[in-house]
Amino acid sequence: MAVLNVNPTRMELTNLKRKLVTARRGHRLLKDKRDELMRRFLDLVRENKALRKEVEAGIKQANVAMSVAGSVMSSKALEVALMLPTQEMSIDITEKNVMSVLIPEFSVHFKTANENDIYSYGFAQTCGELDDAVKALSAVMPKMIKLAEIEKSCRLMADEIEKTRRRVNALEHVMIPQYEDTIRYITMKLDENERSTITRLMKVKDMIAGAAIEKAKSGY
Amino acid sequence: MYKTAAMGDKYSVAGFASLGITVFPVTQASDAVKTLHSLAQSDYAVIFITEQLAGQMQSEIAAYDSKPLPAIIPIPGVRGNTGIGMANVSKFVEKAVGSDIIS
Repeated sequence: MAVLNVNPTRMELTNLKRKLVTARRGHRLLKDKRDELMRRFLDLVRENKALRKEVEAGIKQANVAMSVAGSVMSSKALEVALMLPTQEMSIDITEKNVMSVLIPEFSVHFKTANENDIYSYGFAQTCGELDDAVKALSAVMPKMIKLAEIEKSCRLMADEIEKTRRRVNALEHVMIPQYEDTIRYITMKLDENERSTITRLMKVKDMIAGAAIEKAKSGY
Repeated sequence: MYKTAAMGDKYSVAGFASLGITVFPVTQASDAVKTLHSLAQSDYAVIFITEQLAGQMQSEIAAYDSKPLPAIIPIPGVRGNTGIGMANVSKFVEKAVGSDIIS
């Protein structure tokens, strides 16, 4: 039993009762928030896992082609081929509010309108594997951006879920029992005071009555 | 307008250049840490980093976990997959739920 260090007065009692009501309402709200966050988080994490698998497979494929290209061509030639990209990617970010967690949403823009404009080199002096590598990477690119978005969201939501869960637990197992115990303690203390006042009054009344009887007896 | 960056050894990131991603070829973890901090301070929203490199600087990457930007995403490099990316996903399931229920 954990009782707060307060004076057992009627004013404290009303204050505590008000606080208990607030704590209970906060607890219910936070619990709902946690449940909803958890539901969304689990959906998102499942998507994240699947997407990550796809992306990793795609990059692996690109890397295989890139390694071959690296061994067929000299590393200088490879560097020169990729030195001046024709394409430029920029990202627009909008923020979405999911249960008070701000998660980012990325939308990608390219400088040139043609999506196939990814080969920054002439085909005469480069090998076909380089084309394969670049093509495989460009195919997996939208998924990579989506993965970045989802993975960041998952991370932010995981943080928020942990925080919310702690708050719910603190309210449920610490604050609310503390308030309840303290309210019980104050109520009992006040009742006890009242009882002792009553007994004192009864005693005084008895004494006065006794004195009056004595006086009446001696008067005769 | 935000940009995208890729960090890692030269062969792993070279291909990204042609897609319009800014590449930063680094191999040393100490250089990578500096690059990461400077990238995070300028307007890069997504930073792809090879898993080998990410493995050597996890605490630095973790510093950006709670911020909305940048999103730092580990990807496999030419030398293969170390599994850090997947392990990360499991890690935040564990953080949120208490145990890894999706594996």
